[in-house]
Amino acid sequence: MTAEPQARRTPAPSSTYLGMPKFQKNAKAKLDDPQLRKNLRYATTTIRAKRAERVAEVADWEELRQAGEAIKTRTLRHLDTYLAQLEESLTRNGATVHWARDAAEANQIVIGLVQAKGVDEVVKVKSMATQEIDLNEALEQAGIAAWETDLAELIVQLGHDRPSHILVPAIHRNRAEVREIFLREMKQYGTPAPEDVSDSPAELAGAARRHLREKFLRAKVGISGANFAIAETGSLVVVESEGNGRMCLTLPETLISVVGIEKVLPTIADLEVFTRLLPRSSTGERMNPYTSLWTGVTPGDGPQEVHVVLVDNGRTKVLSDPIGRAALRCIRCSACLNICPVYERVGGHAYGSVYPGPIGAILGPQLRGIETELDKSLPYASSLCGACGDVCPVRIPIPDILVHLRHKVAQTKHVPKLEPTAIALAGWALSDYRNLQFLERFSTLAGKTLSSRSHLGALPWPASPWTNARDLPVPAQESFRQWWKNSHKEGER
Amino acid sequence: MPSDAAGPRVALFATCINDVMFPDTPKAVVTLLERLGCTVEFPLEQTCCGQLFTNTGYYDAAVPNVRNYVKAFESYDYIVGPSGSCVGAVRHQHPMLADHSGDAGLAKASREVALRTYDISEFLVDVLQVTDVGAYFPHRVTYHPTCHSVRVAKVGDRPYQLLSKVKGLDLVALPDADQCCGFGGTFSVKNPDVSVAMGADKARNVRSTGAEYLVTGDNACLMHITGLLHRERAGIKPIHLAQILAQTEAGAR
Repeated sequence: MTAEPQARRTPAPSSTYLGMPKFQKNAKAKLDDPQLRKNLRYATTTIRAKRAERVAEVADWEELRQAGEAIKTRTLRHLDTYLAQLEESLTRNGATVHWARDAAEANQIVIGLVQAKGVDEVVKVKSMATQEIDLNEALEQAGIAAWETDLAELIVQLGHDRPSHILVPAIHRNRAEVREIFLREMKQYGTPAPEDVSDSPAELAGAARRHLREKFLRAKVGISGANFAIAETGSLVVVESEGNGRMCLTLPETLISVVGIEKVLPTIADLEVFTRLLPRSSTGERMNPYTSLWTGVTPGDGPQEVHVVLVDNGRTKVLSDPIGRAALRCIRCSACLNICPVYERVGGHAYGSVYPGPIGAILGPQLRGIETELDKSLPYASSLCGACGDVCPVRIPIPDILVHLRHKVAQTKHVPKLEPTAIALAGWALSDYRNLQFLERFSTLAGKTLSSRSHLGALPWPASPWTNARDLPVPAQESFRQWWKNSHKEGER
Repeated sequence: MPSDAAGPRVALFATCINDVMFPDTPKAVVTLLERLGCTVEFPLEQTCCGQLFTNTGYYDAAVPNVRNYVKAFESYDYIVGPSGSCVGAVRHQHPMLADHSGDAGLAKASREVALRTYDISEFLVDVLQVTDVGAYFPHRVTYHPTCHSVRVAKVGDRPYQLLSKVKGLDLVALPDADQCCGFGGTFSVKNPDVSVAMGADKARNVRSTGAEYLVTGDNACLMHITGLLHRERAGIKPIHLAQILAQTEAGAR
């Protein structure tokens, strides 16, 4: 007989990322959700327009992007040096540095630190690193409740949901859905939402503020990530919009920050480039409302025990790939998600992992390794339109890296069964003009046979993926090559 | 520009899809460039830019295309193709593929040939320095700037400059013109549902313009959007930019 499982402290997410099917399958389901389509179209269109407006104001935007790229590239090249410097600076200023090779180690470190404080709950600043290592669930398993305090993360957590966007995790929800979630769930986990709360953003934010207040005031431990970590000074930086981060970073006695090792910047002067690039690229604002910097422990002010967990979790593996490593420049702004026509139509959950959209399609498979069906499908989840690369504030060549990862996927055994054969046939046809010329005899014959029509309608497999929704043009009755040879004299090219 | 062949000698890069499916487009390039005084040649060794293979992840299958391209075109100063996407692939991907092959000679040659490769709109505006090509096309059209023409080949507003000088032409702005149509090469069959969802929005925007013709500089994207429009029996005709520019008032009579 197994023991009765302990009651959960926090809302259970409805799904796990483990065993997610490939992108195509997830995408097909999402395309059929009209509410999701409407929510995404509205949200991405709005935020895209805001970004474009704010970027257009900056005369030296391109130079700023180049500076951002250069700083990140240089830092990554000397990452070992800067990390050692960061550890030294942090320690000098009273912080305790922990190193974690992977998610399990990082979670174990955090659990140990929280347990050592003898508490069973923590408040959290929105953080991608803790999402990546699934810290909340690890804490839950250890009997510790982790409360998300960012409004959208709260919506996701109370909604038994998963984030679908890096910056706007509840982008897939509209305010009517948010109201229902608040009414149904808040009372089970703390201060209830007012019975008469409307779906106006101000009233919903008010309900969230009241719900979170008691948790902020009660919490002895805060957990954050960091947008940047300054090696020179040992300062961590969090940029945010709601002030919930500032509360978590200043109220609790103990602060634990989980930081990916690629977040390091050499000097405080480097930060100015990113405080300009990030808000304009992410929320379409000139400045984000709250930028918090803290340097270890300041006696009598703020947390008196400061821990920093530096996490690898696949990053050094990414760094070893000369093409793929550019993905580590990412500052998690989400501009590539908001501009992506694929993301706009399927949303973040279709990408089956914490990092959705174009950056997720290049970062996820690299961090995790190209092994699962999902990770093999993600590099193909793009039409390669290039819009993502154009908006990226640190100039990550996302389309090039997608192609690079496709090359890696194509070298694995589990590509679609007939794909290598189809590619080999097409490769033969196009490897020499004489082969193409030979095949044109058949294409033009088909053209002549079907001369009564311009297009073909629905056809069986293997043409069906095209013709299910699109008519297929009939080949020409005379190829250009044939026409040229017939109309130009022998010897003349 | 005198018409007695005083202009440059130009090699036509027809592209494989135009060769087999849409020969009227490269024919129009021949007509247009000869009218503008160029001597047009078609090196028979050419096949394909290899993008189909590269973008599906099969670099080794794409390398012979890079070799063919260099072999066919290396003796020309001007190589002109009616496709922002294929020209973009030559310029942006061929050097990478040549590096992948480990052939240093090919790596050097592919970079040199890429520099001499132009989309038709670039060749007209930048090399021949002409925007009024003497074309006549008395129809209402809308133009879709294909992603690779804008973001890889970077043809900018050259197609609009050329279209604005076409006599009789009524150019209607396409809503959300900068959004991808969803073709994306093998994306169109590897992710058909998303591809069609994107294409459906593009087709709806095209219909909203009331245009008779949808114009692009890439017949592959055009094939995708037209495939959707034709399924709807929308009655909107596809046409490549070069085919509009090739038409003259004399020819229309």
